[in-house]
Amino acid sequence: MRFRAFAGAGLITAVLGCTDGNGGDAAASAGAAANRTRVADTTAIASGSGAEWTQVAGDDANTRYSPLDEINTANAAQLTLAWSFSTGVNRGQEAAPLVIDGTMYVVTPYPNILYALDLTQPGAPTRWTYRPEPLAAAQGVACCDVVNRGPAYADGRIFYNTLDAHTVAVDAATGREIWRTRLGDINRGETMTMAPLVVKGKVLVGVSGGEFGVRGWLTALDAASGAIAWRAYHTGPDADVLIGDRFKPFYAMDQGTDLGVTSWPPDMWRTGGGGVWGFISYDPDLDLIYYGTANPGPWNPDLRPGDNKWTAGIFARDPDDGAAVWFYQTSPHDLYDHDGINESILVDLPWQGRDRKLLLHPGRNGYMYVIDRATGEVLAADAFGFVNSARGVDLRTGRLIPEPSKAPVTGRVVRMICPAAPGMKDWQPAAWSPRLRLLFVPHQNLCMDHEALEANYISGTPYLGADAKYYGGPGGWRGRFGAWDPVAREWAWTIEENFPVWSGALVTAGDVAFYGTMEGWFKAVDAASGRELWRFKTGSGIIGQPVTYRGPDGKQYVAILSGVGGWSGAIVSADLDPRDSTAGAGFASAMRDLPQHTTKGGTLYVFALP
Amino acid sequence: MTALLAASAACERETRRFHDEAQPPAAGGVRLTALEPGPATSSRALRHPYEDNAWAVSEGKRLYSQFNCAGCHAHGGGGMGPPLMDALWRYGAEPENVFASIAGGRPNGMPAFGTKVGATQIWQLAAYVRSMSGLVPKDVAPGRTDHMQVKAGEQAAPEAVPRNAAPEPPAP
Ligand code: HEC
Repeated sequence: MRFRAFAGAGLITAVLGCTDGNGGDAAASAGAAANRTRVADTTAIASGSGAEWTQVAGDDANTRYSPLDEINTANAAQLTLAWSFSTGVNRGQEAAPLVIDGTMYVVTPYPNILYALDLTQPGAPTRWTYRPEPLAAAQGVACCDVVNRGPAYADGRIFYNTLDAHTVAVDAATGREIWRTRLGDINRGETMTMAPLVVKGKVLVGVSGGEFGVRGWLTALDAASGAIAWRAYHTGPDADVLIGDRFKPFYAMDQGTDLGVTSWPPDMWRTGGGGVWGFISYDPDLDLIYYGTANPGPWNPDLRPGDNKWTAGIFARDPDDGAAVWFYQTSPHDLYDHDGINESILVDLPWQGRDRKLLLHPGRNGYMYVIDRATGEVLAADAFGFVNSARGVDLRTGRLIPEPSKAPVTGRVVRMICPAAPGMKDWQPAAWSPRLRLLFVPHQNLCMDHEALEANYISGTPYLGADAKYYGGPGGWRGRFGAWDPVAREWAWTIEENFPVWSGALVTAGDVAFYGTMEGWFKAVDAASGRELWRFKTGSGIIGQPVTYRGPDGKQYVAILSGVGGWSGAIVSADLDPRDSTAGAGFASAMRDLPQHTTKGGTLYVFALP
Repeated sequence: MTALLAASAACERETRRFHDEAQPPAAGGVRLTALEPGPATSSRALRHPYEDNAWAVSEGKRLYSQFNCAGCHAHGGGGMGPPLMDALWRYGAEPENVFASIAGGRPNGMPAFGTKVGATQIWQLAAYVRSMSGLVPKDVAPGRTDHMQVKAGEQAAPEAVPRNAAPEPPAP
């Protein structure tokens, strides 16, 4: 299943998934699992055989589910360290390693080194190292630590983005650079941190920089040559947004001509944000890609009256030409930096008696969206934590209903806005178990005080217009890992953590869910009950994406990068001073005790059963 | 006017100089390390042209927000750029060092403002930056903010003696 980028692959893999799905039942009986029926793996549109981990999210549907079940609820307690590897970079490690054909590929934060590790040899020695040498100055315009969320693979090539806004293609066998395409300009605050997705010979990449007034876009590069095939902007005239005849947004609020211009004060769309720094998913049957757009700029909403299309929402597009098919704006006229970039996980489920192709989107604004992915209709939007910044989502109009008393006003301090700017959940990707029909969601519980301010656009410098300070939300915990049941529309279980759970999630056919904490614990829990099965203290806080694979020796391994940082961990990775409660755009004040719990790091840990 | 200024420190604190020709530090004078070949030279204290002037420091504070320094350094606690309120300096804490950081930029992401901002304003910014770690006299540092309280006022900033930048007296 290494070359998975064609329609039909989904069908084949789903069938494979079925057989694997039945294998783990015996082992999964432990815990309060009894009330959860295990179902055959028919809900994920693609899941692979699990031997390799060829894309950051495991599959095109973004499930982060593995059909491997050698490690299960009965034996996970015996997991031990198999080997480790130092990346040599002590900044936030948000990437997922990939495993293809006996080689593991690891990309570091800036300076974005790519390592190929030989899994066929004891201790996984380095096969080759590739150094793209991005511009050092890019570090100053990366909003939230100098992270990279991982590479992509197709047809013998590794593709990834460098902080200074280039996409590179590297020969997976030799480490030789095949092409390098410049996509942005750091002098306009354009950086790139997201993990590309390869679909039908196109490498899909997006820009970061919503805090710098970039004009956000998603771009498709020809995987063979690196030439730009198409680019869709997220502000401006329809022609630039690739909105044409096929565009049929479900709700009236997203319909109209040139909304990317008319929903802004004159010309402000040119610096309006709407980048793409989260994950992209793909449905080969509908032949549509799904991704979210980032916050509008500047942060101060008073300065940009209007809905600010097409920021803070979800696009469905045709991967061949980029044509927009639908859009849904999760936060029209975003008030709080509540981006729409969170991943969309594609699942097929019976919904109120009817089989539907759905998209699950745990939103930054605190609502868990269940959306019909063919049409963009919102079927459910439930708060999955404490929200007081909005009163809910009107399912008739699709519109978020903001709470007026929490709306920012220039020059006024508004206190106790929940969730804070990083939202109920930020980039940290969730996982879906088609067996348990549960979504495993790492997230946070933060509120903020906020003062909107004047903003000056000076290219290459931040375009914010706000001071904010965050703190823990009600309940006395700042993070949580939980299993959300999208049909029952409630948590099946949750685990409270002291710090935001800033790592991604992974779930397997052994019904084990994995995640890491910012103190550095890597944990395995019973996916059905949330009961902790195992934990291991890594060298630094974990904000990475756990993956699993079957090694050349036939054993199942679980891998995670440890190395605190990112927006939440910058207090440690960038030595911020929390005496100023706006340090790190306000995050440092919520994390002022983190330095007592962890130190910088950058190490890959790989675990297996003895 | 110069004579008057020299006459009283209090006067200096209050003066508003709208037209003057503050010069960039001489290129050779910007030193980044305490290490030098041969016997240590006593550090030549280059008086910052505005460090005794409350108006200049408050102008620096205003410019610090207007030029979006706060977006990268927050109000001294740091973010994309390093904290400026602590005792650690990558490129030196002396007035001419701070001037050079702002005017010329620094390689890991500090933009070079000198191409757009005049020397007078850069000196004002430098004075304000130094006030964040208590390196200018208390009576000229800004005492309050017109906005959300996010930290103690600069006037109350404890003097954070630069730990890794200042030349040390010769060891015994
Ligand atoms: C785009 C982000 C950005 C902006 C805007 C910015 N800085 Fe910086 N600044 C940085 C970074 C990153 C560094 C560290 C550079 C390095 O280590 O090479 C830095 C370094 C500095 C230093 C040196 C600190 C030391 O430890 O020696 C000073 C002083 C400074 N900045 C002041 C300012 C002032 C004043 C402004 C506004 C006029 C400003 N900066 C605007 C990102 C920024």
